[in-house]
Amino acid sequence: MKSSGVASTERFWGLLLSAPYIAGLLVFAVGPILFSWVIGFFAWDSLTPPRFVGFGNWTRLFGDPLFWKALGNTLYFVIGTVPIGIALSMLLAMLANRPLRGIGFFRTLYFTPVVTSTVAVALVWAWFYDPNYGVLNYAIASAFKLAGLKPPSPIPWLADPATAMPAIMLMSVWKGLGYNMVILLAALQGVPRHLYEAAEIDGAGPLMRFRHITIPGVSPVLFFVVTVGVISAFQVFDQVYIMTREGRPADSTLTIVYYLYRHAFSNLELGYASTVGTALFAIIFAATLVQLQLRRHWVHT
Amino acid sequence: MRGNASTPIAMLKDALVYAALTAVAFLMVFPFLWMASTSLKTLGEAFEYPPRFLPTSPQWSNYSRLAEAIPMAKFLLNSVKITGLTVIGTLLSCSMAGFALSALNFPGRGALFTTTLATLMVPYQVTLIPVFILCQHLGWKDTHYPLWVPAFMGSAFGVFLLRQFFLAIPRDLYEAAMIDGCTPGGIVFRIYIPLAKPALTTLGVFTFMNSWNDLLNPLIYIDTLDKMPLTAGLSFLQSQYSSDWPMMMAGAMVSILPILAIFVFAQRTFVEGISTSGLKG
Repeated sequence: MKSSGVASTERFWGLLLSAPYIAGLLVFAVGPILFSWVIGFFAWDSLTPPRFVGFGNWTRLFGDPLFWKALGNTLYFVIGTVPIGIALSMLLAMLANRPLRGIGFFRTLYFTPVVTSTVAVALVWAWFYDPNYGVLNYAIASAFKLAGLKPPSPIPWLADPATAMPAIMLMSVWKGLGYNMVILLAALQGVPRHLYEAAEIDGAGPLMRFRHITIPGVSPVLFFVVTVGVISAFQVFDQVYIMTREGRPADSTLTIVYYLYRHAFSNLELGYASTVGTALFAIIFAATLVQLQLRRHWVHT
Repeated sequence: MRGNASTPIAMLKDALVYAALTAVAFLMVFPFLWMASTSLKTLGEAFEYPPRFLPTSPQWSNYSRLAEAIPMAKFLLNSVKITGLTVIGTLLSCSMAGFALSALNFPGRGALFTTTLATLMVPYQVTLIPVFILCQHLGWKDTHYPLWVPAFMGSAFGVFLLRQFFLAIPRDLYEAAMIDGCTPGGIVFRIYIPLAKPALTTLGVFTFMNSWNDLLNPLIYIDTLDKMPLTAGLSFLQSQYSSDWPMMMAGAMVSILPILAIFVFAQRTFVEGISTSGLKG
């Protein structure tokens, strides 16, 4: 009798406490996911009734050179920001992982770009990249002069298809450095000290210790940082919107999310844009699966 | 590692590390200094070459020009309102659902958890368009509702995070409170939430940063200038005054100062909230 009372209490409260979440999950996640899959088979501008097009949106997607361009640009961004960003973060975390005075102060400074909005920092970086009055070209020219060389002609960073994406990548690496560093630093501090001492006694040099103690020790966290970094790099949007709106120049900075945004909210092609969303999901899912496969080979659990 | 930094080599090493850390710190901070400096220059000074590092006399008028050009105070208020509600809603709803999933036995619990895991993997761009259509039908276009109401209905990430944390809380506490006549609803608020401060901090910091810095959703939903949060307002400023760098930098300064103030005040909370997220994952 008593136990059935306990069971019904749990049932009642369990459902009551999770009711808002269940409703939210259905209305804002599961429902929309299914709906998105369905309208991917329709042409729809939200004003006139949807028109069934079968796989028409998919053939259009695969046939659109601009989609492939956006995919290529996005991959370029992922490959150009994640490995370099994490390697630099790791280096910084190792530097900071010593009992030095004022390390908390440095950590705070490194973290500042992380808390500020991409919109605000993208504006100041766009100003850095100004071809005529920007600080970056000035710094480059000064460095050349200092080395006794003739300064190169000013680089039109965001206006040249060859440099626009690298410029956005540089800013993105700068912005994300502190985030990964803080996570990796916590991981480094979790590696047992005695392992290093034992290795040192055994005559292992710094490189050996790095390879055989540090890397295995932080590998689960490193895996986390890489996986999350790849997923969020695939979704890059804000920087492009502010620094090279419309994916200028010559679509060299057009990313998949920008492509989706443009089709959904500028062209009102809701069905087609949903197909793009599904494609992005498939790409991110595939990238994550590949990493889970690779994990076996390098992550120490 | 080496407590006795008294040998010359150890001291040299420390000095090199400090030099490297300082150089990187300079690179991290310089954009903000440049933002501040440009925001106080005249238009002529901003376009001097070689660049002038400090204005001859600070042009505070850029900030009053900014206030006349766009409703900056309204943007700030909107951001505070949207982000505040989003953080409160997320912490509340995720605590309740996370607790139910970790401590209570109710029909559909397994399915709910599986669905949570499944939706965790779906990027938000997939739900963006259907949710937009839904909000349009609800008459929520050009209101703040789409930006904060969903937070009160939880998020898969938050529910998952808190469920994992709650699982580590000894069941005895729950049993003891029940014997003392506490309801499960009371147990969440009196026992589980106070014990889950580290996890709630992580979730709160992430939610705060995501909501405060979100650009895409305000862009999609908000049309009226007076209803925009800082990010969308700043993007509007850029579209209208794209070569007035002093005024744009003034706008950027106003938009980052509140979050910088909070960050300086609560930097330990921020850094700890983020740094442990890797270990939890």
